[in-house]
Amino acid sequence: MNNITEGLLSALRLIITLDPELIEISVRSLQVTLTALAVASLIAIPLGTLLAIQRFRFRRTVIALLNALMGLPPVVVGLIVYVLLSRAGPLGVLGLLFTPTAMIIAQVVIITPLIASVTHQAMRDLWADYHDLLISLNASKRQRIATLIWDGRRTLLTAILAGFGRAIGEVGAIMIVGGNIDHVTRVLTTAIALETGKGDFALALGLGFVLIGLAVAVNLAIHALSGTEREGRW
Amino acid sequence: MTPRILAAAVTAVLASQVHAEEMKMAVTTSFENSGLADVLLPVVKQDLDIDLQLLVVGTGQAIELGNNGDVDAVLVHSRKAEEDFVASGNGTHRREIMYNDFVLIGPTEDPASIAQTKTAAGALQAIAADEADFVSRGDDSGTHKAELSLWTAASLDPTTFGEWYKAVGAGMGAALNTASGLNAYILADRASWLNFGNKGDLAMLFSGDPALFNQYAYIPVNPELHPNVKNELAMKLENWLVSDTAKALIEGYEIDGQPLFVFNATAE
Repeated sequence: MNNITEGLLSALRLIITLDPELIEISVRSLQVTLTALAVASLIAIPLGTLLAIQRFRFRRTVIALLNALMGLPPVVVGLIVYVLLSRAGPLGVLGLLFTPTAMIIAQVVIITPLIASVTHQAMRDLWADYHDLLISLNASKRQRIATLIWDGRRTLLTAILAGFGRAIGEVGAIMIVGGNIDHVTRVLTTAIALETGKGDFALALGLGFVLIGLAVAVNLAIHALSGTEREGRW
Repeated sequence: MTPRILAAAVTAVLASQVHAEEMKMAVTTSFENSGLADVLLPVVKQDLDIDLQLLVVGTGQAIELGNNGDVDAVLVHSRKAEEDFVASGNGTHRREIMYNDFVLIGPTEDPASIAQTKTAAGALQAIAADEADFVSRGDDSGTHKAELSLWTAASLDPTTFGEWYKAVGAGMGAALNTASGLNAYILADRASWLNFGNKGDLAMLFSGDPALFNQYAYIPVNPELHPNVKNELAMKLENWLVSDTAKALIEGYEIDGQPLFVFNATAE
């Protein structure tokens, strides 16, 4: 219990004094995760929607695969991305290892299947309602996808927030591909792992509370901006 | 956003664009945990205009990063692994810089009475005879390798040990946390132990045997095999590490009034 109180106090202290290192790593956490989220959403939402409306031969297999990939172990993703980006690997010439870009790539791989799966589930139900209407209007495939995405935007928000949640709290992959370099690739989660290793539980917990606070703040902000959960909107 | 947060964010972005030359070096957790890096890095930046980026990993992973050409140099402490690294051609040469020492940590009441033993091997034999809980790094790090060679010196084989021998496969800090939770014995480097914040009921019980000395060596990665590595910077850094400036900083570094490192680089 003592450690938790100390953790809360150290979180408060860090926030009130606007600790420059805390701000730096928090800003980097948000940069990496939000960029990864944007890229993953651009891939996953159209992909998930397409899977809901398109019939093709291996559809079932692809969907099962996508669902299974939701549980990708981050540390394995980290290792694979490391091996690809390493100077000795096929993409080594790009020199991306131990940069925030490498961390973004790893997070995109981790959260794309999650967002695509949730999108697919939501769009399948919506498509059942819209099927006859869109077919009778003779809408093109592109128009069908666009209509479904627009009308299902509230559910898609859930998919995106789930992706955000998984990415912002992730440590296994970004530790390997980012390297936790001070002032370059250190983010909140890797800093927590570092402080835990030093046995400084109070500071580690403090950073943990800041991370939780940040996640809550981003969720609230997205809800506020998109105007969900308000009277008369649902 | 308040103006201060904005200002800090802008500073953070700008700071990353100032053009000092960047160099990556893989170092061991024990070096980073000692806190010496915080003393050396600012002076390296000031003297050489090099932004030294540290990748803090175990010795095994540090050398693997060197083998792949992902870092420009390594600073590690496991002689056998270092010599293999140079022999494979991935490292150009090995330069000894300094040493610190390992210490045996254990429960304050010392059930195996290792404080009374004369040698490190004797202390380990006492722990094994008592079958007292012992936490091993178990991660192929320099500290782990040092521990294994100490068991060999004690004529004991960890693979035959029972449940009391716990290989946790983790870094120094995580292993110390486990030892603290289990109230177990553990081998740690002195610096990590002194800087460790979660000591609990543990205490330093045995130290001083020359078998516990822990030599750090600096190895630049070979630019012939890995054309992308910044060998010129790596050589500049090596010359600085063996200079009198570095010597004064390394020998003057203390925690709780205890000096940690002995500088022993020799001029070539």
